[in-house]
Amino acid sequence: MGEKALMKGNEAIAEAAIRCGCRHYFGYPITPQTEIAAYMAKRMPKIGGTFLQAESEIAAINMVYGCASTGRRAMTSSSSPGISLKAEGMSYLAGADLPALIVNVQRGGPGLGGIQPSQSDYFFMTRGPGHGDFHIIVLAPATVQEMADLTRLAFELGEKYRMPAMLLADGTMGQMMEPVVLPADETDPADVMKGKPWATTGTEMKRPHNIINSLYLKPDELEKTNLSRFERYAQLEREEARWEDYLMDDAEICVVSTGITARVSKNAIAECRKRGIKVGMVRPITLYPFPKEALAKAAAKVRSFLTVELNMGQMREDVLLATGCTRPVAMCNRVGGMIPSTDEVVAAIEKEAK
Amino acid sequence: MSVVFQKPKSLTDAVLHYCPGCTHGIVHRLVAEAIDDLGIEGRTIGIAPVGCSVMAYDYFACDMIEASHGRAPAVATGVKRSLPDRIVFTYQGDGDLASIGLCETVSCACRGENVTVIFINNAIYGMTGGQMAPTSLIGQVTQTSPYGRDPATQGMPIRICELLAALDAPAYLERVAVNSVAHVRQAKKAIRKAFANQVEGKGFSLVEVVSTCPTNWGLTPEKACQWVDEKMIPFYPLGVYRDKGAEAAKEAAK
Amino acid sequence: MTSEVIMAGFGGQGLLFSGKVLAYAGLLEDRELSWLPSYGPEMRGGTCNCSVIISDEPVGSPIIAHPNVLMVMNEPSLDKFEDTVAPGGTIFVDSSLISREVRHTDVDVVYIPATQMATAMEAASLANMIILGAIVEKLKVVKSDTVLDALKHTISARKANLLDLNLKAVEAGRNFIAAK
Repeated sequence: MGEKALMKGNEAIAEAAIRCGCRHYFGYPITPQTEIAAYMAKRMPKIGGTFLQAESEIAAINMVYGCASTGRRAMTSSSSPGISLKAEGMSYLAGADLPALIVNVQRGGPGLGGIQPSQSDYFFMTRGPGHGDFHIIVLAPATVQEMADLTRLAFELGEKYRMPAMLLADGTMGQMMEPVVLPADETDPADVMKGKPWATTGTEMKRPHNIINSLYLKPDELEKTNLSRFERYAQLEREEARWEDYLMDDAEICVVSTGITARVSKNAIAECRKRGIKVGMVRPITLYPFPKEALAKAAAKVRSFLTVELNMGQMREDVLLATGCTRPVAMCNRVGGMIPSTDEVVAAIEKEAK
Repeated sequence: MSVVFQKPKSLTDAVLHYCPGCTHGIVHRLVAEAIDDLGIEGRTIGIAPVGCSVMAYDYFACDMIEASHGRAPAVATGVKRSLPDRIVFTYQGDGDLASIGLCETVSCACRGENVTVIFINNAIYGMTGGQMAPTSLIGQVTQTSPYGRDPATQGMPIRICELLAALDAPAYLERVAVNSVAHVRQAKKAIRKAFANQVEGKGFSLVEVVSTCPTNWGLTPEKACQWVDEKMIPFYPLGVYRDKGAEAAKEAAK
Repeated sequence: MTSEVIMAGFGGQGLLFSGKVLAYAGLLEDRELSWLPSYGPEMRGGTCNCSVIISDEPVGSPIIAHPNVLMVMNEPSLDKFEDTVAPGGTIFVDSSLISREVRHTDVDVVYIPATQMATAMEAASLANMIILGAIVEKLKVVKSDTVLDALKHTISARKANLLDLNLKAVEAGRNFIAAK
């Protein structure tokens, strides 16, 4: 085990990425995630890596595309408005079946919105952020430790399924500090290039040329690539959904929440338990794939669900879908950078308990 | 019997899809000859654009990456930063490089990325069927400038070599044409130099190739070549706009 | 024991840093903890605060609704947070900067002329560390000695030459409480 450190969530992502063998970061400053860029700017030159402040969010994601084409672990990070600009690039990454890490430390929107925490990019990220039929892996950390741990998972799942992976955090997760144990064993940046026969690294005149591409002008061929991609998505959905069950054994009410609101919900659940209310939580860790089974299982025993979100109920729709609308799904939400207080969540749970 | 003419090795056997009389074929050949000549095919990675040359990835025998519209210089940057000992080139048209991707072009040049950019300027969007390009000439009739390009409402054509020559970083900028044997010979030299520069680590090199689009210009291939001489070259003068290598040699000789 | 500490004042008074020192002390003592800053343009001269939770239990939300320790270094922050303090909590007021008295009745109040004390030490910018010293001395949120250790770990290289002065400031805050 590594040493325990005190770090901001954003810094934990950056350091974890480096320890995962990532040596190429391309980004553009935007609050509230700029600490990732600042951290990389400091560290990368000292370890023979590349930090490049790109001319735009669009250029940054395309630099990631180029770098990922060579088999490297490449990453970029941004916050909501910047992620809109990266949508094109994410679609191309998906279309070319390239793994890469994209971090989205969400802030309130739409438009320029605000800079305070938000979870309002939920639909945008989980439904395939860009044109075309595709998905990216979406992971939602709720602690600084998870900011680090899920960074590794994002790289690994992305490579396993050959698709882009996103850490979808809210501004609070990026800005807060907590103790974090970083892995002591570092991945060799040279090792991450192994086992990628598709990479465009130069033929060395030893193999036919590799092509990284998403263009298929023949519809039957394009259909085939879509179908095979969705077979991988099906496997991903079967095998990789992750979540935390919290006090669910005897729960009659199930809170569903991620990120900072899951933290607030834990406080609220503790308070409600004191008041004799049997309430627990399913905290999705993967948002795509959404832990449908966990929710379906919960639906079999709880009376109702309550989503606690920093948006107008976007995840609530996934809960309704996962549970086949067999249980009522209430909502406790704030938007625009506001965060529901513990008291507000307690009140919402009590309402469900009546 | 000795072979006096053959296909460059770094072109594949794929049949080019370009229209009759289009000069893309010539420029592909010149790029492939440069790669062959320098013996770098095995360590070259090319970036294809969106535009008529979108399928260039099928034609060059080296590793190839298809970029989104205008982003080839950013993609090239990502590749080059990952593999600094590899030779990375982009092949882009005027809409791709000078319009939707202008920011990426200027920024890549400004950073002095050690990459090679081949820029095809034929003053029109060919792939989408003949719309106005950033480089369309004043008065030029296209689908989206049916009354002729009017500077008052559609602005002036953009001269990329001159624009990039305002930057400090680029190592080499030259504008050439391929509408005559003499021009092709000069273009071949320029393209070879743009690759050689990269091999020598000299930095950002761009060759602008004034090209033709007989189909969308509505001219025969022969007339199109004449049009280059009469209309294009007067607005886009051929020549070297930056050559740090030559400038340094001159200094040293003094 | 769970301490929920809000430190609030103007940007530039070092509130985020004193919070970080406290959080780091928690880390050194292997406690559960969180540190959450206000962020955004208000950092540049506007109001600024951070929330630090140090506990023996895992920390749920890092957001503090009812602090049991409040440290204020300007009047707007006292106005904003005074009524949120949990009954029985303690408010530390920099009385050199805030002229009014705390109105809340069921809390303990420590008035400490921290800025004046810091100025006398020729360390005007270290009032934050004086109050931090007072907080740990009075409430034992963490051990006082751990704070000194934490300072050594958290002070930036750029300000390393100010370490001794920082340590002295913490001591001054401790002595202020001890002498009472």
